[in-house]
Amino acid sequence: MQPEDKEVDGGLLPDSKEAIPGGQAEGSKWQRPRFSRKSLMKCCLVKWIIASTTQQGPDSSDSDLELSMVRHQPEGLEQLQARTQFTRKELQSLYRGFKNECPSGLVDEETFKTIYSQFFPQGDVTMYAHFLFNAFDMDRSGSIRFEDFVLGLSVLLRGSVTEKLRWAFNLYDINKDGYITKEEMMAIMTSIYNMMGRYTFPSVRDDSPFEHVEKFFQKMDRNRDGVVTIDEFIETCQKDENIMSSMQLFENVI
Amino acid sequence: MAAGVATWLPFARAAAVGWLPLAKKTMPKPPIDNSSRSDEILYVNVSGVRFQTWKNTLDRYPDTLLGSSEKEFFYNEDTQEYFFDRDPEMFRHILNFYRTGKLHYPRHECIQAFDEELAFYGIVPEIIGDCCMEEYRDRKKENQERLAEDTEANEAMDAPLPPHSTPRERLWRAFENPHTSTMALVFYYVTGFFIAVSVIANVVETVPCRPPKGSVKDLPCGEKYQLAFFCMDTACVLIFTFEYLMRLFAAPSRCKFMRSVMSVIDVVAIMPYYIGLVMPENEDVSGAFVTLRVFRVFRIFKFSRHSQGLRILGYTLKSCASELGFLLFSLTMAIIIFATVMFYAEKGTKGSTFTSIPASFWYTIVTMTTLGYGDMVPNTIAGKIFGSICSLSGVLVIALPVPVIVSNFSRIYHQNQRADKMRAQQKVRLARIRMAKKGTTNAFLQYKEDRALGDRDSGSGALCVKNKSTFEHQHHHLLHCLEKTTNHEFTDELNYSELCITESVGFRTSRSTSLSSQQGAPNHSTGCCPRRVRRRAAMRLANSTVSVSRGSVQELDTLHTKSTHLPPQTRSSLNAQVDLKLNCGEQDFSAAIISIPTPPANTPDDSLPPSPAVIPTGILRTTRATAYTSDTIKISSL
Repeated sequence: MQPEDKEVDGGLLPDSKEAIPGGQAEGSKWQRPRFSRKSLMKCCLVKWIIASTTQQGPDSSDSDLELSMVRHQPEGLEQLQARTQFTRKELQSLYRGFKNECPSGLVDEETFKTIYSQFFPQGDVTMYAHFLFNAFDMDRSGSIRFEDFVLGLSVLLRGSVTEKLRWAFNLYDINKDGYITKEEMMAIMTSIYNMMGRYTFPSVRDDSPFEHVEKFFQKMDRNRDGVVTIDEFIETCQKDENIMSSMQLFENVI
Repeated sequence: MAAGVATWLPFARAAAVGWLPLAKKTMPKPPIDNSSRSDEILYVNVSGVRFQTWKNTLDRYPDTLLGSSEKEFFYNEDTQEYFFDRDPEMFRHILNFYRTGKLHYPRHECIQAFDEELAFYGIVPEIIGDCCMEEYRDRKKENQERLAEDTEANEAMDAPLPPHSTPRERLWRAFENPHTSTMALVFYYVTGFFIAVSVIANVVETVPCRPPKGSVKDLPCGEKYQLAFFCMDTACVLIFTFEYLMRLFAAPSRCKFMRSVMSVIDVVAIMPYYIGLVMPENEDVSGAFVTLRVFRVFRIFKFSRHSQGLRILGYTLKSCASELGFLLFSLTMAIIIFATVMFYAEKGTKGSTFTSIPASFWYTIVTMTTLGYGDMVPNTIAGKIFGSICSLSGVLVIALPVPVIVSNFSRIYHQNQRADKMRAQQKVRLARIRMAKKGTTNAFLQYKEDRALGDRDSGSGALCVKNKSTFEHQHHHLLHCLEKTTNHEFTDELNYSELCITESVGFRTSRSTSLSSQQGAPNHSTGCCPRRVRRRAAMRLANSTVSVSRGSVQELDTLHTKSTHLPPQTRSSLNAQVDLKLNCGEQDFSAAIISIPTPPANTPDDSLPPSPAVIPTGILRTTRATAYTSDTIKISSL
């Protein structure tokens, strides 16, 4: 295969096999192209003519077909009921809305970003939406299925405070290694400040996220090792009155 | 608002839990939402067709009628459903919008009907999906153009002379709309005649006439009858100059007028003559002078004022400017290419006519336009090959933009035709409405008379009264209330003019509160009424032409905004069917249109006689007596 390949590659270019003793100096001389069949085939024009005259190969249509047939069916209603804390009616309502928006049953990241950006017209939500997407997409499949969606919502709306805090920790921990580093927190914070957009009062300064992160670490990082673990996080939050009381805020959303 | 927003909002709010541990300040309280959480199926009954949908579906768009609490107004407790008395076919599309988030425009529907439905349900047309947006926009534009044209035409043609128009304004109007006054019409035809004469004289001038005695050579008629032609030319130029100066004087904006195309043509048409007068009899200069005479032919363009078709053509060319430009450009490119090729192909041959590339241009043009004079013909084989390619490509290049130009022309031409047809239709309509209004006035006055009679003699009055419909009763009662409110009474024009004549100052009766200028009428009796009458008639006319041209809601708005003093009966006039029978003894009638306080009625455009001194400019001179004796008239309003 190798010699053939070489020949193919060198079809229209100076052939490496015909190494000129002159070396580099004459390497730049234009060599007469070898009009082998392979080189002819590689010629763009010929390719184009062949491509336009022959039918589309079966491969491309197959792959197209495959994509359009991707459809995700969620688990049964009973299983979801068991796994989440929603009632049957709520699940039905949620699924109807979800299916209406995403008939294929899956939300990919782009769609997710588009949807989320509709709520924050002023700022740039792509970064934060990316983190949020990863927080929902628990099996890292690249798309959110209805189960992921509903499980996430169940935690957020019907879960205990600890569960909610765990979810928030999971959101901040970008690489899901169990530790929040300063870089991760910085990324999260920047993305949140990005959502504010340009027109704020007072204006978002360049070091506002950094300051915020510093404050966060001061509060959360007990042993000053530069990372926040889940226990530190939960412990600190439980001690904070404001955070605890605000956890109840969004319970009535659905 | 996109569908996504409403459905995903709960999700976005839930995800806000992620901000809570990071919050710098305490979070605000959430809004109290007492609405029931569970989803339910709603029943929507649209003119008998029952639709069912989830409540959530409708809630997706809270700024529309169905998504907001506004639909509660339509809730029918007995049947537990929302009832809308609208078109169920259209509603299907509206509901699909809620379901799919995309609004589609049904192609077979009238665009105005669709727009009205959208407006009713509170949906903005801009969210029509891409698939249907283009069609929607095209139809809407077409419709608007049509409507705009008609109003324009109306205003242009039928708008009456504004009161106190200066002679200058009148003159301008006479020039622009020749058929408003006979003088203008006469002038119009005279100028047309002189344009024709001038052009014919120019042409005949060059025809060879028999030479005078003693000469052999044929002489052009221009030189033989030099004096005659000179006199004719002078006369024409005098008329044209006079016309131009008059137009210049009358023009409301002189600068704009002087820049307009028609005036430039006028100037170019008469300039050569004056230059010729001024120039001395010099040999060299007279050569140039002869060239100037060519410009006299531009007088023929003055006909475009007289011919609408010419104007359409000019307008078409203007609107196709880009296509024409493209055509010209591509032709130029092709000409240069082929001329060069032909020149080099034919270079070698002896006695070739292709002496230079510019000389070859002529061959290329003649070949590309498939004229083929044959004065230049290629001899070499290469020349012939390229010549044939040239002629084939010429056909193609010219054929490309031509359909665009043609379609533009036909569109504009048809629009114009339509405008004329609409005008004719309107005249018929106006006549009908006039009669209906006449009937209504009489009905109302009859009602009053009957009431008066009824007071005196309940028997016969009651008989007449019984024959009217409930609608009539209520309508008349309403008018009566209005009368009592304003302490004025309705009457018909006969009485009004009588009263007007008998009273010079301070009209006690028949005066609409709309009369703003109540200053003392001039002394002579014919003067007071006509001016006021005319003014009011003018206002009424302006209003009524708006109102009668189309019986649509929009019109109602214009009517109401334009004339806030018009009492509400005009609304009934536009909506109700008028089934008019004027004799009390016969069955019911519901005359919906009533003329407004004196001087009543529409003054239709064609009945406007030119001279303002005549009192009843379009005022109906019908008496009640005649109304009674006339047979039943079935009139439908608009």
